[in-house]
Amino acid sequence: MSIDRSQVDHAAELARLELSDDERERLRGELGQILQAFEALNTLDTEHIPPTAQVIPLGNVERDDVVAGSLPLDAVLDNAPRVEDGQIRVPPVLDES
Amino acid sequence: MADELYRLTLHAAARGLRDGTFSSVELTESLLDRIESVDGRTGAYLTVTADLALEQAADADARRASGQDGPLLGLPIALKDVLSTAGVQTTCASRILEGFIPPYDATAVTHLKNAGAVTLGKTNMDEFAMGSSNEHSAYKPVCNPWHLDKVPGGSSGGSAAAVAADECLAALGSDTGGSVRQPAALCGCVGLKPTYGRISRFGLIAFASSLDQIGVLTKDVTDAALLLGALAGHDPRDSTSADEPVPDYAGELNADIGGLRIGVAPEYFGEGLDPQVGDSVRAAINNLLGLGAAEREISLPHTAYALPTYYVIAPSEASANLARYNGVKYGLSDPQATDVDEMMARIRGRGFGSEVKRRIMIGTFALSSGYYDAYYVRAQKVRTLIKSDFETAFQDVDVIAAPVVPSPAFDLGAKLDDPVAMYQSDIMTLPASLAGLPCLSIPCGFVDGLPVGLQLIAPPFAESRLLQAARAYERARGELAAPVKAIDA
Repeated sequence: MSIDRSQVDHAAELARLELSDDERERLRGELGQILQAFEALNTLDTEHIPPTAQVIPLGNVERDDVVAGSLPLDAVLDNAPRVEDGQIRVPPVLDES
Repeated sequence: MADELYRLTLHAAARGLRDGTFSSVELTESLLDRIESVDGRTGAYLTVTADLALEQAADADARRASGQDGPLLGLPIALKDVLSTAGVQTTCASRILEGFIPPYDATAVTHLKNAGAVTLGKTNMDEFAMGSSNEHSAYKPVCNPWHLDKVPGGSSGGSAAAVAADECLAALGSDTGGSVRQPAALCGCVGLKPTYGRISRFGLIAFASSLDQIGVLTKDVTDAALLLGALAGHDPRDSTSADEPVPDYAGELNADIGGLRIGVAPEYFGEGLDPQVGDSVRAAINNLLGLGAAEREISLPHTAYALPTYYVIAPSEASANLARYNGVKYGLSDPQATDVDEMMARIRGRGFGSEVKRRIMIGTFALSSGYYDAYYVRAQKVRTLIKSDFETAFQDVDVIAAPVVPSPAFDLGAKLDDPVAMYQSDIMTLPASLAGLPCLSIPCGFVDGLPVGLQLIAPPFAESRLLQAARAYERARGELAAPVKAIDA
């Protein structure tokens, strides 16, 4: 399967991944090669086979709705690059207009 | 012996501590000296926590002096840098997590600390556990202690090399598609990946959540049983951890394996397998038969599909799991950024290495609109077929024996520019991972001076049986006629 540049650009945008021109070109070739290897899956008849998302026979796991201890705020915020008033600061997410 | 305490197994060192032959501080100092003298050549550690280790060792000696004992009390162990350690930098060998100091311990680490184990430091790995050679560490490659121009395998390459080079008594790793068994085979140590859910994943930094499982790398089978016993069990903080009883793995270890039915599948002995590796594994199976086990030929017809199945599913899950690395909460940052989307894309472009980017791109593509059914759902369906192959086989056999890797350790750099060739290295470890089965690698010989492993696979939660078979083989095998390791030459 061959991949064109716009497919690489689209996936990079969805993945929020800045890539150089060289990286995009190399990935275009490699993704094509890797997707080619995936074609083997199309040789099997899987129409009536249920998908497996996880291997353990487990449904929803619920716990009692009780308040438990949590990490101190300072410890959690220690790793954040920008902190203000006990909160993490980020550039504007919504347009101001 | 006193000057070579670092060469001991966990159980031999435990005996020495119990008998008062040496203290945990002496043992830990011996290991720290060993790390100091050889780690520059192996590259096995990213962080060595010498002060912390000596403090823990002194605590362990004090506990022992007050009458306490335990299978891991005072024993120095290394941790793969994918496990969160409170107060100790945890990077997953990625630039994007440089400087990240977790505020909490992974449950597996808590278990070790409560048992009084000494933690020596954090071992090198392929970035975010993605790789089969440890060359995808953002910091430095790891060299195989047997032959320093060869890869140690991956992604737990640092843990395997640390065990093989006697830079720890044992190490924790993680296995998503073979990342404990494959490096264990290439470095000549025992590598056990338990059943999915057997050990809590809380604090194990996620790669592919339906596959990830913590495993152990040790010098022998007894040590693997000891460590598994300390780590296994349900954890309310990981809802996928299994609420199954934890047997006394070490206590049950030396059971007779007469009558054990061993499945051998031709799919694992076909094209691509180095004939000398095949011979070595075959000889190991014959060893087991000599102990009264019975061989049954089985068929695992979808084995060849495990590679494409895994390389759709694991990158898909990874592309979602790694979305959290965006410069907001931890790791690499860009304080001057004015646009949030640009900031995230730039941080991720700068912080991730080539293999991680490749997998994020594969996964994003496979999950994107228009391709989701063709790739992701189809791979999940084939996963069902692979799992049913094993379920059918285990109606007739107790364990399955196979090679771990098609050939011994390859040269550093040999497959770095060919991702598909690199992925082929996992072809024999992927099926059991996709089915969530317990499995291990145990050294069974040498080819061209490099270690070869025998893989054993068991049904879910049959770790005890798996370890018994491995221990019986280990006893029958005796000491392998091994060449001198490059690191000891």
